[in-house]
Amino acid sequence: MSVAMSLHQRRKRKNGVMMALCVIAAGIGLAWLALILGALIYKGLSGVSLAVLTEMTPPPGDAGGLLNAIYGSIVMTIIGIVVGTPIGVLAGTYMAEYGRFSRLTTVVRFINDILLSAPSIIVGLFVYELLVRPMGHFSAIAGAVALSILVIPVVVRTTEDMLNLVPNALREAGTAIGAPRWVVIRSVAYRAALSGIVTGILLAIARISGETAPLLFTALNNQFWSSNLNAPMASLPVTIFQFALSPYEEWQQLAWTGALIITLTVLGLSIFARSLTGRREDR
Amino acid sequence: MSAVSEAVTSSAMRTREATVRRFALTDTIFRTATRLSAILVLVLLGGVAISLFAGSWEALSKFGFSFLTTESWNPVTENFGALAPIYGTIVTSAIAILIAVPIGIGIAVFLTELCPRPLRRPIGIAVELLAGIPSIIYGIWGLFVFAPFLQTKVQPFIINIFHGIPGLSSLFAGPPYGIGLLTSSLILAIMVLPFITSITKDVFDTVPAVLKESAYGIGCTTWEVTRRVTIPYTRVGIMGGVMLGLGRALGETMAVTFVIGNAHRISASLFAPGTTISATIANEFTEADGELYTSSLVALGLILFVITFIILAIARYMLLRIDSRTGA
Repeated sequence: MSVAMSLHQRRKRKNGVMMALCVIAAGIGLAWLALILGALIYKGLSGVSLAVLTEMTPPPGDAGGLLNAIYGSIVMTIIGIVVGTPIGVLAGTYMAEYGRFSRLTTVVRFINDILLSAPSIIVGLFVYELLVRPMGHFSAIAGAVALSILVIPVVVRTTEDMLNLVPNALREAGTAIGAPRWVVIRSVAYRAALSGIVTGILLAIARISGETAPLLFTALNNQFWSSNLNAPMASLPVTIFQFALSPYEEWQQLAWTGALIITLTVLGLSIFARSLTGRREDR
Repeated sequence: MSAVSEAVTSSAMRTREATVRRFALTDTIFRTATRLSAILVLVLLGGVAISLFAGSWEALSKFGFSFLTTESWNPVTENFGALAPIYGTIVTSAIAILIAVPIGIGIAVFLTELCPRPLRRPIGIAVELLAGIPSIIYGIWGLFVFAPFLQTKVQPFIINIFHGIPGLSSLFAGPPYGIGLLTSSLILAIMVLPFITSITKDVFDTVPAVLKESAYGIGCTTWEVTRRVTIPYTRVGIMGGVMLGLGRALGETMAVTFVIGNAHRISASLFAPGTTISATIANEFTEADGELYTSSLVALGLILFVITFIILAIARYMLLRIDSRTGA
């Protein structure tokens, strides 16, 4: 009897210890998030002023803002999205609609999943070899192309998943009244899957607006205002990289402020995207 | 009258035929466009492989296989070897995974078994937000907040403890720089944690309730159910998640670049500065002068590409096996 009791107690104690460890693990995860956000707000908020949004990046030892970097980030993100989204949506459409059971779809899905988690610096090297080297100089266009390559796998994945969720009865109803396949896809499937596809695009924006590695040797950086797409262009992440590693206090402060801006944008976008569908799509 | 009706029908037939033909044409165009886009995804990956191979050809043909086994990285004498970055990449990623896996599984158990239902979603989202924070933010935080903390509070303490113990003393030796291999590993662990957690949680949810309930029914504790039922059932999926996290850690660039120290040498101490493949490329690529220097950096990229491709392919294969089981 006492042996049975002690075994029972040992099992219960072990259970208690392991479950406590699990709670601690969750606490660690949440603590990191709080620590990082806390440091960002603490260090970044003190540098927030109107000048950040209205002035150019300063020379060393001078006060200034991040206007050209913010502008560059927005321009390259928009081009990246505009180029990458249609390709991603069309590819996802093929996989879910025309070739749902084809061998091509299986292969593309596998490769796309690998692209989804492939190191972004590799994409930077690829675009360097593809565009920068033949053109002979760094350019905003090369940066935008690198970003669009990162957009495609995210959009392909969500589009395919979302179209697969559309009930076949809807498509059959469309076909039954004589609509050709592409009209069914356009007016029935796309419409039913719209919020999911938009979520994918938002997640893609969130992903590329914080990307640094693929821009380092495609768009490079630019200390001055430039709207020339054929010239190097500043971006927020690359500017943060340069300023944070510099010995100048003003630059480091601007780096923290820029980091705060990026983080709030990215987290805001991904929370908004999640709230659209009420479920998580990226992996 | 029959002539008239025949004329009407034949003209109706003609417009009908024209419409059908137009529909067929637009459908073919649309279908081809989607198909080409799908093929473009394959072309992208192929293009990456080909361009990296072409770009690294000069370095690979000059150094050959010794590129992989040489530690020296000297831009002045143009003698390049990838051993130090490869070592740094593998060591930091391995330590990161060792730290992140138990914590990630712990969080997944917490979320599926212990967490009160209303808190489940907010906590799950909070952990996943860690994945949304851009890598450069981890870098700046690591350099200015985390590394000084380790340098002043943790590392001197650890060096003192292990001082004089053979093996461990050289593993934790040297002046506390703050930055270095261990700091990078810890940051990487935080970064891959959400990927491992989210996949583990997803595969935990695929365990049929009846299996767990039978175990509870014969009197198992929550831990015993997790250890004997949930984890064995989802083993392949968890491994897939771990491999996916490993793939992320291997290729992670900006965060590591900030805190690794960028020193091309292999030292036994985890506190020593080192370098990884991606950090080397990020730090040196724009400053590389000379074809051979650039080509060597691209060759590093090719090595990283091959390693991550293999790891990610294994990860996807494992996750596919889990998917097909839940689908069946």
